[in-house]
Amino acid sequence: MSTRYLLLDVAPLGGEATDVLLADGVIAVIGEQAQALAGDDATVLDCHGLVLLPGLVDLHTHLREPGREDAETIRSGTRAAALGGFTAVHAMANTTPTQDTAGVVEQVWRLGREAGWVDVHPVGAVTVGLEGERLAELGAMAESQAQVRVFSDDGKCVHDPVVMRRALEYVKAFDGVVAQHAQEPRLTDGAQMHEGVVSAELGLAGWPAVAEEAIIARDVLLAEHVGSRLHVCHLSTAGSVEIIRWAKSRGIDVTAEVTPHHLILTDELARGYDPVYKVNPPLRTQRDVEAVRSGLADGTIDIVATDHAPHTREDKDCEWAAAAFGMTGLETALSVVQETMVDTGRMTWADVARVLSTAPARIGRVTDHGRPIAVGEPANLVLVDPAARRTIEPEQQATKSVNSPFRGRDLSGCVIATFLRGRATVLDGSPCDESVVVSG
Amino acid sequence: MRHLLSTADLDVAEAVRILDTAGQMAATQAREIKKLPTLRGRTVVNLFFEDSTRTRISFETAAKRLSADVINFSAKGSSVSKGESLKDTALTLQAMGADAVVIRHYASGAPHTLAHGGWTTGAVVNAGDGTHQHPTQALLDAYTLRRHLVGDGGRADVAGRDLTGLRVAIVGDVLHSRVARSNVQLLHTLGAEVTLVAPPTLVPVGVEAWPARVSYHLDEAIADDKPDAIMMLRVQRERMSSAGGGFFPSPLEYTRGYGLDARRLASLPEHAIVLHPGPMNRGLEISADAADSSRAVIVEQVANGVAVRMAVLYLLLAGGDAPTSTQPGTTNETKVDA
Repeated sequence: MSTRYLLLDVAPLGGEATDVLLADGVIAVIGEQAQALAGDDATVLDCHGLVLLPGLVDLHTHLREPGREDAETIRSGTRAAALGGFTAVHAMANTTPTQDTAGVVEQVWRLGREAGWVDVHPVGAVTVGLEGERLAELGAMAESQAQVRVFSDDGKCVHDPVVMRRALEYVKAFDGVVAQHAQEPRLTDGAQMHEGVVSAELGLAGWPAVAEEAIIARDVLLAEHVGSRLHVCHLSTAGSVEIIRWAKSRGIDVTAEVTPHHLILTDELARGYDPVYKVNPPLRTQRDVEAVRSGLADGTIDIVATDHAPHTREDKDCEWAAAAFGMTGLETALSVVQETMVDTGRMTWADVARVLSTAPARIGRVTDHGRPIAVGEPANLVLVDPAARRTIEPEQQATKSVNSPFRGRDLSGCVIATFLRGRATVLDGSPCDESVVVSG
Repeated sequence: MRHLLSTADLDVAEAVRILDTAGQMAATQAREIKKLPTLRGRTVVNLFFEDSTRTRISFETAAKRLSADVINFSAKGSSVSKGESLKDTALTLQAMGADAVVIRHYASGAPHTLAHGGWTTGAVVNAGDGTHQHPTQALLDAYTLRRHLVGDGGRADVAGRDLTGLRVAIVGDVLHSRVARSNVQLLHTLGAEVTLVAPPTLVPVGVEAWPARVSYHLDEAIADDKPDAIMMLRVQRERMSSAGGGFFPSPLEYTRGYGLDARRLASLPEHAIVLHPGPMNRGLEISADAADSSRAVIVEQVANGVAVRMAVLYLLLAGGDAPTSTQPGTTNETKVDA
């Protein structure tokens, strides 16, 4: 099996087309000489019309293993990630058992290595059992083989201000970051969807925007006070964008993410009571969608992260209130970003590389991903066909769960190939032979 | 009409047709033999995930007066709190050949899910879902309003008439009330003007999109609107506790601000009537003076409820425009994976 790939007529970051040779796990040659130096054993890919990006890095993935292997496994989730153009994912801590010890994060890290589809970086829980009461052994997780740098109780908010302050301070010792799921619990007791015109009519308990914004406002002030780094998960409201903009203007060390679904879907979708649209934070209004798009375009929001949240059929095939929160996203994220930001002229492909690769790698302190497309850099790359249109069929996806909100919808763009350290995990839009992936 | 899930689904012609049909049903109920053969051989299931003896009995009476077979399925309690149970229950009822399912559920939208989940081919009647809708309650309220306030305000034939120009005040816990949501939409469709009266804590965020005026002061609303009817909503006492949300400071303060007592009753226009969906908290949202006054039509609402539910079942199961899929013998395979 060849470990050399010759990409002909490809457009790095959507710029001028050129030839690129991948060899020995790195970008070996860029330019006219690539063909000459490729040798006979290189696999040649005609990349006319294709965009080359650094492999995508997801800062927010739920792989569900250990504990809910019926919804997703590290193997199925990372295979979905590769198909979505990712070469690294951060596996959220709300597993069973919780990723709150060095032992569990090392298990997840090891299973990710064994699967081989992408690099898996476990996220450590901030507090023991996500209970929000006492800090988990953050230092032990940081020093483990998994080298955890991102800590989050995602799914739950670190709502106690003292616990949050301590966490922000403590992770400074190993250059970690606390990724906050901003949700004031008392204001969202029993909440089912965004509180507004639609919830009033549907009679579903409201999840007010202020419950997110109040926590973000508190946390940026805490981060400023103790001089720490803060990351805000899945920001969803216009008000949150304003607070982050203000915080950055004050020089506070805060970064923020938005999910693909909050860039494109609104609370109007709840009208059919289909729980596939039930997600936390909830889908907001068109005004919020416009605000997060603007925030992403102007850099207020640093990254797009999927919050890929697979759930079994039985957790979604029921009445709204009984259903689980969350939707899948690894295999549609890039298309949604293209459709909402690139096709609309608000961002370039270089910007896409920034928000889906470079910036998330920097926030997560992942050093070998999100690199420039330059000779000598690790060949963690993705080839995208921006002209393709595809219809989303959840049953055809690699993720084990079918709770995609884009069922039946046509989306722009398609991942043609993904390379992890020079080895193809996806070719011609299909996953490569697993034995090859694992042995590589 | 395939299902009755929300009053928002009814246009004025459909709503008036239900009220007219209810009028015809009520006329038959004055006879010595009240039972009609209309739905003989049809099966109506009362599927109640939440206690409501009054509503269940009303639907049961309505179905039996139409000669339908009635199965009461009480699924309340914590053992049946997961959605799979709704699906499995629906599949079971489908297998038993239910022609109509009357569902009461604590989750908003559950009747919608039942009707559109591909689990049953029967007609679905929403008998109250969470804090969303209770359409037959609004229809019986509209029927009662029309009987008393339209035409000469007496017993003249009101068939074909809507509620244009009537002013109705709905007072109380609007936030948690499916009765309020159903009535706002239906009364608006029928041409009435609705004023919602409640403390600000019991008005939903987003109410500005509703076709209704909102007032925080009952005395002001009565003085300004001179309502033709006042509908008092049930207030749950536990709402005042901190655990229940702390929506108001005390029952006494609520009663002072929003209770209908003899003084407020006297300040209503002389022809105004008093409605309450029941069960009443006497002394909280309504005093005994008001509840037992000649202006109160609360007991009559119960009787009208049977007529309205007969009309709904009749139109769904035997109405001229009922689709063939509600006929017996066409129980197609349900799409479990849908």
